[in-house]
Amino acid sequence: MKVNRFLIFMVIIGFVFVQNACQSSNESNNLESEINQGIDTTALEAKEKAQKVFYSLPSPIETALLLKRAGAKFNDEYLNPIDNSTKYTSTKKMALNLGVYSADLSFVSMFDQSQYSVKYLSAVKKMADELGVLNAVDQSIFDRMDKNMDNPDSLMEIISETFMNSDAFLKENDRVETASIVLVGGWLEGLYIASQIAKATENNKEIIQRIIDQRTALETLLNLLEEYKDNQDVKDVIAYLKELKVLFDKIKVTTTKQEVVTENGKSVIKSDTKTEFKDEDINELFEKVIEIRSEIVS
Amino acid sequence: MKKILSIIALVTIAIFVVPKESNAQCKSFAKKVCKMELLPYVHDGIYNATVLSEGETAELYKTFYSGQQYRIAVCGAKDLPPIHFQVLDADRNVLYDNEKDNYSTTWDFTLDASQQLLISIQVETSDELSDEILSGCVSVLVGFFNKEDTFDQN
Repeated sequence: MKVNRFLIFMVIIGFVFVQNACQSSNESNNLESEINQGIDTTALEAKEKAQKVFYSLPSPIETALLLKRAGAKFNDEYLNPIDNSTKYTSTKKMALNLGVYSADLSFVSMFDQSQYSVKYLSAVKKMADELGVLNAVDQSIFDRMDKNMDNPDSLMEIISETFMNSDAFLKENDRVETASIVLVGGWLEGLYIASQIAKATENNKEIIQRIIDQRTALETLLNLLEEYKDNQDVKDVIAYLKELKVLFDKIKVTTTKQEVVTENGKSVIKSDTKTEFKDEDINELFEKVIEIRSEIVS
Repeated sequence: MKKILSIIALVTIAIFVVPKESNAQCKSFAKKVCKMELLPYVHDGIYNATVLSEGETAELYKTFYSGQQYRIAVCGAKDLPPIHFQVLDADRNVLYDNEKDNYSTTWDFTLDASQQLLISIQVETSDELSDEILSGCVSVLVGFFNKEDTFDQN
């Protein structure tokens, strides 16, 4: 009996060592694949020097604020209907739509549509629960939201906390792939809402600029996802993003050298940017975003 | 034999449990300590924290948007030496260095043009002579100012 127990322990120990060895091997494979992908050598050398590299992805709250400041008007037709939440059963769909509903929650809250806030918070909770994200949204979050319906700053704070809870849970439980897919879902929903608003708005120069600004965020997303491309769900999401990259690459953006100056006691990174694009390129981008988003929420 | 099995069991538990516990401490650290440094800016909800030892480095890539007011907060656990951070542009030109700002834990700024910036972090090495290498949570959080005014539409 004692020998059997000893064997079980040895198997566990063996498993742990194999797991660690696989992780190291994945890390070196990832690095090798980055080299093969031809990433800028200087950037790669710098990355090798840094022990940890993070890609901080676009936040749905920030996207909603940018849209509001760009003069966007609220329209509930842009949202993913709550009823759709029962349709998502695969990890990929649940993760993408956790991001989608999180972006919708930010959008309704930023535009003071309190009648939708609790509904979309419930959809976020449903997706998070089904993904096994513990305590991302608990009763205290609902209670605080109820009490702060008329206080936009507090609502933003509550939503920010909800995002951080699920993002941290996934990252700290070795589910960075899922955390990344959630953020892709949120980013795509922000891009979808922005595209719809741009199409419906006559004076849409600022909104289009905000959409064009997303090209660097797309690069960040792709860099992050490349590290997990052996995962089939991640591979599928990369395919969506590469379709968008082809269209973003048609837009030419040049930025002059930057310098930091102090204006009214605040630091400002000064530079000039020139953007060149054809209307048809932007329209093609809008249509592609709508097509991908439709696949995600279906 | 019983003693050997107990040791193996303890080692196994340590391998499985300890890394998760230290990560969990980083979440709590980021939430309770570093997020406070962002106030009155609203945290963007993205969690970036890890355990670093003295001398170790980390980098964070993020897109920042024109016209927004940002605060970057870089915080280290209280037992760690100071955290040195720099903000660099895409060509790795240094835009801000907290070493020249008395190791400030925050930097507030706005941008004329949206762009990806790089936040480079290093835990400084301790001046004290010791065999022990200090390590602890380091968190990088980004906040923005939720102002209601709109951009110029012309």
